[in-house]
Amino acid sequence: MEITDAICSFCGSLCDDLTVKVEDNKIVDVRRACRLGAGKMLGHERINSPMIRNEAGKLEEVSSDSAIDRASQILLHAKRPLLYGWASTSCEAQSKGILLGEILGAVVDSTASVCHGPTTLGVQEKGLPTASLGQIKNRADLIIFWGCNPIHAHPRHMSRYSGYLPGFFLDRGRQNRKFVTVDVRMTETAAISDEFLQIEQGSDYVVLSSLRAIINGKGDLVPDVVGGVSKEELMHLSDMMRSCRFGAFFFGMGLTQSKAKYKNIDCALSLTNDLNTRTKFVITPLRGHYNVTGFGQVCSWQTGFPAVDLSRGAPYYNPGEMSANDLLMRDEVDASLVVASDPAAHFPNASVRNLAKSPLIQIDPYANATTEIADVVIPTAIVGVETEGTAYRMDGLSLRLRKLVDSDYPSDEEILDKIIKKVSRNGDVC
Amino acid sequence: MKCDVNIITGRTIDQGANIDNKLSSDYFNACARCEIGAEDLETLGLLEGSHVKVSTKFGSVVVSVALCDGNMRGVAFIPMGPWANAVVNPDTHGCGMPGFKGVLGSLEPTDEKPLDLKAFMSLCRE
Ligand code: SF4
Repeated sequence: MEITDAICSFCGSLCDDLTVKVEDNKIVDVRRACRLGAGKMLGHERINSPMIRNEAGKLEEVSSDSAIDRASQILLHAKRPLLYGWASTSCEAQSKGILLGEILGAVVDSTASVCHGPTTLGVQEKGLPTASLGQIKNRADLIIFWGCNPIHAHPRHMSRYSGYLPGFFLDRGRQNRKFVTVDVRMTETAAISDEFLQIEQGSDYVVLSSLRAIINGKGDLVPDVVGGVSKEELMHLSDMMRSCRFGAFFFGMGLTQSKAKYKNIDCALSLTNDLNTRTKFVITPLRGHYNVTGFGQVCSWQTGFPAVDLSRGAPYYNPGEMSANDLLMRDEVDASLVVASDPAAHFPNASVRNLAKSPLIQIDPYANATTEIADVVIPTAIVGVETEGTAYRMDGLSLRLRKLVDSDYPSDEEILDKIIKKVSRNGDVC
Repeated sequence: MKCDVNIITGRTIDQGANIDNKLSSDYFNACARCEIGAEDLETLGLLEGSHVKVSTKFGSVVVSVALCDGNMRGVAFIPMGPWANAVVNPDTHGCGMPGFKGVLGSLEPTDEKPLDLKAFMSLCRE
């Protein structure tokens, strides 16, 4: 059987043009996906059964009911539970997770806090002058990649949205567009760009500020060299930005994780606003996991915030205080539930050691670093392969992921539902 | 010979392709590595594939060294993952995001071998 227009549930590009061949309920071929998407669809080794860590410190296979019972007991007895992850699951499961957080009075945080959390802070300060990826494909004649390397992280982004395809107003595709990459390393994306500015690590804010100064007619204030880049190069880039008809600025963790963090984003958004007084310019964060954008949406419509502390009886949001790493570094967390992510691999070791100190429940299709420190492990179906669900593309477009094969694994949503039933008291809304 | 570096961490396609396959040797090979420019490799007197100890004030880790011509002198890139996270700055400076890029540290040759994921994580449970 061939399934056309299948959606890839790996990265925030959510490519929706894949052809998947299924034989005997197994995916045997995937066409048009990149290496990342094809690898996921063709499958990796799975967790076979629910597990609980025994007194000898070994994970032992148990029934699903026992694992859900133990998970519920851990969460019920916790005073400061953290419900973390959510980037690689459906909006429906995310919604259940936030409801569980409300019942428990937990902190609910997503992987955005270690990728584009600072972007959200910047957007809250300055707004987001953005466009759909379709608009960018059809109109953008200048593409800036700043602190990102889509060839590695979003391999089909350029061929589908930001570069090679002809657009409605750009009939020659790549020939109609100029690519500029700004990065601290000569990446593969930089290598195929028309221009590359190699800046000193941590100088993004001053380079962005200098571009703003030049664009706003204050170029005489800019020194001869900024962040390792000559003033002439900056003048040239600002000319390109001013003279394009439609510019698109994509950025990644080179901005969100470097020195000024959210202030880098604030500055990039301000630059985009400045450019809009002269031409049309839009800016879009390159979001990593396929539904990390969805978590921000779901949490915002359920609680008013893109990550939330529900311990006070009313939603509370203050990144830097209630974000997962801050809670862990203060050693406040006394139980955690990790859904569809791997903080043990992606948090600083000091946070991971504190995460491992208290009971940890993992809900995930795959064994990973978090499994190694988990006390309860519950395997699940893969959204977009074995179960359907909604996800948001990096530009905020919601798409319905399809089920491609049958599976005996329960969905994240089903497991969360069972836990919610066990931990709710009379009067909880569920 | 020691070599001072500014450490940045980030995604690579090999790391991404094995993100759901973390107990594999492919993931280990993709992430337990440090990419530096030719001059720094020469300063260390090492060949590609040799082992280096990466040290910062937040911790240390042993990884393999790889040549990356795109790195400026003094910039070391470690793919995101448990090995990189042994040396990053856990402080979020009040915005929730730890210091995954721009961590000052040093590299030095070592006879020690990188730990695999299971051995590495068992240290976190101690
Ligand atoms: S670019 Fe992203 S969404 Fe598209 S096929 Fe590759 S991993 Fe999947």
